[in-house]
Amino acid sequence: MSEKSNVRLIVLGVLIVSLVGTLMARLFYLQLVAGDEYRAQAASNSTREVIAPAVRGLILDQRGRPLVANRTSLVVSVDRAALLREEDDGVAVLARLAETLGVTATSIEQRLMPCGSEGAPPLPVCWDGSPYQPVPVAKDVDTVTALTIMERRTEFPGVSAQVEAVREYPGPFDANLAHVLGYVGPVTQEQLDAQGDSTDPARLRSRDLVGRNGLEAQYDAELRGIPGITTLAVDQAGRVTGTLAESQAVAGNYVVTSIDAHLQDVVEGALDDAVQRSREAGEIADSGAAVVVDVTNGEILAMASYPTYDPQLWVGGITTEDYEKLLETKALSSNFIQGTYPPGSTYKVVTTVAAAREGYDLYDTYDCPGDYKVGSQRFRNFESSGFGPISLTRALEVSCNTVFYRIADEMWLKSGGLYAPNGAPDPLADTADEFLLGKRTGIDLPNEAAGLVSGRDEKLMVWEQRRDGWCSDAKEGFSEVRKENPRLADYYTALAKENCLDGFRWRNGDAINASIGQGDTSITPLQVAMAYSAIANGGTVYQPRVAKAILSSKGEVVTEFTPVVRGTVEAPPGTFEFLRTALAGVTTDGTGKIPFEGFPLDQVSIASKTGSAQVFGAESTTAWYASFAPADNPRYAVVMMVTQAGTGSLTVGPSVRTIYEALFGVVNGVVDPAQSVLIGGVPSTSLPVVKPDGTPVMPESEVAPTISPPISSTTASGAGP
Amino acid sequence: MSADLQPASGRRFLGARQEGRLSYWRRLDWILFGSALLLSAGSSVFVWSASRSDLAGDDPQYFLYRHLINIGIGIVLAFVISRLDYRLLRAYTPVIYGLAIIGILLVYTPLGTTIAGARAWVKIPGGFTLQPSEFAKVAIVLILALILAEKRDAESEPRDRDVLLALGLAAIPIGLVLLQNDTGTVLIMCTIVVAMVAVSGARTRWVAGLLVGGATAAIVAWQLGFVKDYQIARLTSFVNPEEAATTAAYNATQARIAIGSGGMWGEGLFQGPQTQGNFVPVNESDFIFTVIGEEAGFVGAAITIALLSILLWRGMRIALGSTELFGRLVAAGVVAWLAFQMFENIGMALGIMPITGVPLPFVSYGGTSMFASWIALGLLENVRIHEQS
Repeated sequence: MSEKSNVRLIVLGVLIVSLVGTLMARLFYLQLVAGDEYRAQAASNSTREVIAPAVRGLILDQRGRPLVANRTSLVVSVDRAALLREEDDGVAVLARLAETLGVTATSIEQRLMPCGSEGAPPLPVCWDGSPYQPVPVAKDVDTVTALTIMERRTEFPGVSAQVEAVREYPGPFDANLAHVLGYVGPVTQEQLDAQGDSTDPARLRSRDLVGRNGLEAQYDAELRGIPGITTLAVDQAGRVTGTLAESQAVAGNYVVTSIDAHLQDVVEGALDDAVQRSREAGEIADSGAAVVVDVTNGEILAMASYPTYDPQLWVGGITTEDYEKLLETKALSSNFIQGTYPPGSTYKVVTTVAAAREGYDLYDTYDCPGDYKVGSQRFRNFESSGFGPISLTRALEVSCNTVFYRIADEMWLKSGGLYAPNGAPDPLADTADEFLLGKRTGIDLPNEAAGLVSGRDEKLMVWEQRRDGWCSDAKEGFSEVRKENPRLADYYTALAKENCLDGFRWRNGDAINASIGQGDTSITPLQVAMAYSAIANGGTVYQPRVAKAILSSKGEVVTEFTPVVRGTVEAPPGTFEFLRTALAGVTTDGTGKIPFEGFPLDQVSIASKTGSAQVFGAESTTAWYASFAPADNPRYAVVMMVTQAGTGSLTVGPSVRTIYEALFGVVNGVVDPAQSVLIGGVPSTSLPVVKPDGTPVMPESEVAPTISPPISSTTASGAGP
Repeated sequence: MSADLQPASGRRFLGARQEGRLSYWRRLDWILFGSALLLSAGSSVFVWSASRSDLAGDDPQYFLYRHLINIGIGIVLAFVISRLDYRLLRAYTPVIYGLAIIGILLVYTPLGTTIAGARAWVKIPGGFTLQPSEFAKVAIVLILALILAEKRDAESEPRDRDVLLALGLAAIPIGLVLLQNDTGTVLIMCTIVVAMVAVSGARTRWVAGLLVGGATAAIVAWQLGFVKDYQIARLTSFVNPEEAATTAAYNATQARIAIGSGGMWGEGLFQGPQTQGNFVPVNESDFIFTVIGEEAGFVGAAITIALLSILLWRGMRIALGSTELFGRLVAAGVVAWLAFQMFENIGMALGIMPITGVPLPFVSYGGTSMFASWIALGLLENVRIHEQS
């Protein structure tokens, strides 16, 4: 044999050895180095989770009436992956489906488009869920249509009709309560991202609905429950080859609120009436709020915001038109906690407490002139003319501003005046601080506004923030304005210069404005209600709360909330008694008299204070009516306000009277607790009963709305053909 | 050539056969046979695992039984080939070659059928299909050995005329298979040709010329668009399977996931989610290695490669030990064939070679491939037995 042949055979052998070596090296890498990564890929390849959503918990009022429930809805969903397996990419299927549902094929196609893909419509029409999840294209489909789709599977590949639970608002006594209840919406990408790689079975998934506002958002984790998860092994075609793991869905917990649906309805109606009354008088009356709180524990019994909306709009995704309308009317704003307004004369109770703390004799006589001069400035009496020397009680009754101007001016001077050092006392602001005004009340509702109470410290803080702007404006001299109006520019420049130099100074004019709830002071209606509660109960500032308890869907008590005391207002003995009596006088002999004429005040005395606060840029004053009752043994505080509505007494007062009539059962001038909207005439002291099957027990004689019990309405939905 | 002249008359042949019955079994390379047998036997469980769910509602052992029958037929073929008289083999070579050409041409008749983009199968009665190109590999090995070893001293190099004739004869089946879009088989056939021309002792310029010519042909074919898009897709998808969204890329990705998830010991027989979920296509045949990799892990896959390596080593040993050029060329051709086909098949499963749809010798499900593998083994045994007589 030739040497050449031998050599070449050996070369061939060496080549073969290198080929085998290559294979072994690659095999080693794939299986032993990168194995874990590939194993994870294989697992995600071959398992599918089928999610049986947990039924969301109910929200009940204090008597067990469901405020938010669930109902079942026949939902038609389309599996995009299955459609794409069709020869024509599912065009024919969609056309048939559109005809069956009585809609256009385009509208279905738009629902199926993933958000951000080419030609996709904007949220909430486009699909922003997982690409593996069927997309719901129609809700509340009738049974015949659903059966048509389910029976003709071959004509509708990838289309399914399933029973799903959606939110329902039984609206007992027609209570709307939209701002308190909030609404649910699809989970956002931010919420999903925030969870990281959580494997918690209760974690949010891309198709989940979560509370987006109100109680739904606040107690979302309680209401949501834990979905049932079945992990299936599937093959390449998606056929199920086995079940790997299974867990049952756990229905969400129930939130029991202190809201009384019957009272709520009265309050909503009364607020609406106040707005209408004001509009009949030619005012704009564009927004308002009302709060009824139990002064003995801070429980919210009713709370309303104007304008409101139908919470049903959110069910199954809001339409673009509806959403734009809500934005336009500002109906989404929960004015009772999100609106901040100058409290006006209702704030005089705070000034009174501050005066008492500064040693003023509450039973002395004070002069009530028509106006009060500070240097060249004249501060006028807004709601009344001069009354001469009067008692402080009378000053409150007639809402004499000048009495409080003088007190504020004197307190200002006493605490250091214009050149008060840092940290010098600020009697009015310090008192407001003890009432916890200008701070979030900590109510169990999201997105609460803090508001602001003007004072020396607050002014310094604002100046520090804005000084640079003021100073540069003063230097620049408003050249743009100057081209048009040199005099205005001069005025602006002088103002900016003054603010730049000593804008931090707390002047007596500031203190005077603050004493009657004007100036920079701007607080929420709920804060006013909590301050009046504190006066009513002797100085205890409670944390307002809507939820009384969390129950399991089987009726067991999970958490029972107890009253939380946020602080106490320190005042000389007799201060709160004085105020209770004086404010009762407002209703019998003062600015609150007219709306309560004919009301049996001898049986139930009402302590109240009106307010008409000026707002920069507003057409007319914000009308306030803050009150509590019974004045001698307070139980309820009722606060109502309407913006750009005129005086509190005339526009809001009659509505507050209506609320008290409902609370105490006033019929034809006689108090009859049996006629109260509250069963037994008082708020419920016990928690409502929820049966083991999840049905809440309603008060006797009231017809229970038909709501689906949570266990039977559990329906599976999820991936898979 | 001297050994070739030794065999005596037919009578003496019969006599030798009579007294050599024991010696035949002794002369057989049992390590070679044993490694092939282990491969085929072991392959059965993986073919079974891969194919159990393929006929839902039907007999889950359908493919297993057919596979076992194929192995049985293959072993019988191997013994028959190994016992064929050497001269008879040489004498029949032109016939075998002719039959192979006819077989390939049958593909173009109504009997032909297309599977996976390649019109390379022939339907035969009884619901079977044959792939004539598999037999054509045998024919190429034999015809090249015949021509390149013809009429000369073992020490001298083949004449240019012989090399040209050999190349011409090889080009016919290669060209026909190319027309069937069976790229993988063409690559194997070309490898056989280069290896055999080299081992024949032909002048270096022939070997170099073939290598350069082959590369040039590939580039020209690509540039001129002779290669169809799907062929390019198959050939390039292994470079970056995650990015290409073609079916070929899907296959490559799924194959790698299957093998990669096997780890050291594998998921266990019938336990591989990739295999049992049919995520990898034709995993009882072309992608059988993914089943081994996933369910038997690195250990099982390495044993498979080791058994194939032993087989190649024994084949190489037979080639080296051969004193006759014909025998050496047959053995070298078979070794090159099996080696490259193994590399092509396993490399494709591992994502380092293009997806070309060639079966793994002795392992993949498929009658023709199994028969061809065992015939190749029979040829190796035949050369060995002849050398030792």
